[in-house]
Amino acid sequence: MRKLGLILLLLAVVRPAWSALTIEITQGVEGAIPIAVVPFGWSGAGTAAPENISAIVSADLNRSGRFEALPDSDLVAHPTEAGQVQFQNWRMVNVDNLVIGKIVETGQQYSVQFQLFDVFRGNQVAGYSFNVGRQDLRRVAHHISDLIYEKLTGERGAFNTQIAYVTTSGSPANKTYTLLVADSDGYNPQTILTSKEPLMSPGWSPDGSQLAYVSFENKAAQIYIQQLSTGTRRKLTSFKGINGAPSWSPDGRSLAVTLSRDGNPEIYIMDLKSNALRRLTQSAGIDTEPVWAPDGKSIVFTSDRGGSAQLYRVPASGGQAQRLTFEGNYNAGADFSPDGRKIAMVHGAGGGYRIAVLDLGSGNLRVLTDGRLDESPSFSPNGSMIIYATGEGNREVLAAVSVDGRFRQRLSLQAGNVREPVWSPFGK
Amino acid sequence: MKCNISRLIVVVLIAVLAGCSSKGGTKDDVAVEDRGTSADGGAVTSGAYGSSDFSSYSLTDPNSPLARRVIYFEYDSAEISSSDQELLVQHSGYLVANPGQHITLEGHTDERGSREYNIALGDRRAQSVERIMELNGVLPEQVTVVSYGEEKPAAEGHGDAIWRLNRRVEIVYQGQ
Repeated sequence: MRKLGLILLLLAVVRPAWSALTIEITQGVEGAIPIAVVPFGWSGAGTAAPENISAIVSADLNRSGRFEALPDSDLVAHPTEAGQVQFQNWRMVNVDNLVIGKIVETGQQYSVQFQLFDVFRGNQVAGYSFNVGRQDLRRVAHHISDLIYEKLTGERGAFNTQIAYVTTSGSPANKTYTLLVADSDGYNPQTILTSKEPLMSPGWSPDGSQLAYVSFENKAAQIYIQQLSTGTRRKLTSFKGINGAPSWSPDGRSLAVTLSRDGNPEIYIMDLKSNALRRLTQSAGIDTEPVWAPDGKSIVFTSDRGGSAQLYRVPASGGQAQRLTFEGNYNAGADFSPDGRKIAMVHGAGGGYRIAVLDLGSGNLRVLTDGRLDESPSFSPNGSMIIYATGEGNREVLAAVSVDGRFRQRLSLQAGNVREPVWSPFGK
Repeated sequence: MKCNISRLIVVVLIAVLAGCSSKGGTKDDVAVEDRGTSADGGAVTSGAYGSSDFSSYSLTDPNSPLARRVIYFEYDSAEISSSDQELLVQHSGYLVANPGQHITLEGHTDERGSREYNIALGDRRAQSVERIMELNGVLPEQVTVVSYGEEKPAAEGHGDAIWRLNRRVEIVYQGQ
């Protein structure tokens, strides 16, 4: 199994709900770190814990592209306590890392313990214990994945995060648009809003508690912001013309938006307390799709002021815009990497629209995908993956690619189209 | 685009002047039939007077030029062809003659490229149509512009034949 190298690992996971996203790994990585995650022990009512935590952790680690979890059938032993571990057994199957754990039901709570061992050194690398209610068991599993990932790669894990996306279903004449938020593994989809008119451009607040989006429910574009925990929302703009492309400032105090109320599409900064507007761009052409640099000092946006859609950067306080992209006849829909060093975009060249990443330091542009109609790139909060929308026959699905382009996965619904994925910030 | 608009303004001016010079004439001087064949036809002239008698086209007649309510565009362009400019003059004539009539101009694009850029492009297309109508006497309060970008395709699917149908502005008459 581990010798397969660059292969198509099809790890379809059964989903209980039809509306959940199914994730398949479509391109694996040679050199993924082998790891054994042994099914966790269970002590409580019934034959098994309410959630299969080791399976969630294995799937998480596989989805990162950095690890290759041993299939259950290849596990040479099933220890649930440190004293039961015999390291030489695991060395013989060339597993570098071993995860064991157990779940103990205590009244309404569950105690979840896990330990991570370095098989070759024969010692414990990490060990934690959590007490949670049933509804938080999946979240604890993702948290365990984050801890393992960080311990072994040195980077923060992004498993305990969410993805917002828009689905459409129904016939062209009777479409339903739904804005959803799901866990980063596709589970637990929660409907934020359903409408018979288009919903688009979801954007997370920096603390992950709110979503901004554009709704046409009143037969015109309007920007709303909605509290995820309560569902309460506020209509932010409903000017004549475009109300679009909301993007939260890193400090959470303002929203960059596109309005055409003064004639043509321009970018404005709206203060979320006072609702005061400040116009940021001045050009005869289209200016739209603002995104904030993570330090909040500048904004990158799409403009056709030079004759075709290209990306520009302007100080957030206003001033001269500087063109960033020169390759290809179309570069739009930017997203900043969390470290502010890269920009993902829709890159149009040779008749195709693909996801490319511009390294702001070197100026190198790298095309990461090979679809014909790829769009809406969004970085994971740890910067390791980019999720985006792509076509598959006449269906819209999501896909994700590692920033180095070596690892790919596909996220689809059983029925209907899914688009505009936006990865949440890190959880609190 | 710009040169087309200025050319159209000249056309409109000529039409208005022609209307002025024939001011003393009877209504019969206005050749209604001409409206369908030339951009500087009677629709503008009649519109300049706001006389509803001149507007013989019916909104509900499928054979009327007003039955054509979709303007198509080239890729990444908001330029309106000269034949569509004539069509817009005819719609303008109706709207000038019926100042209580309200329309929505819905701008659309094909699916290529990013969604919010397409919203902007659809807006620009609808605004091109709005500008021509207003140059022809339609009141700003008669017109609402909304861009749906690529969100509401007329035809589903991919490829040039589909995309051509989706790059459009739809003229939606209120109450129709």
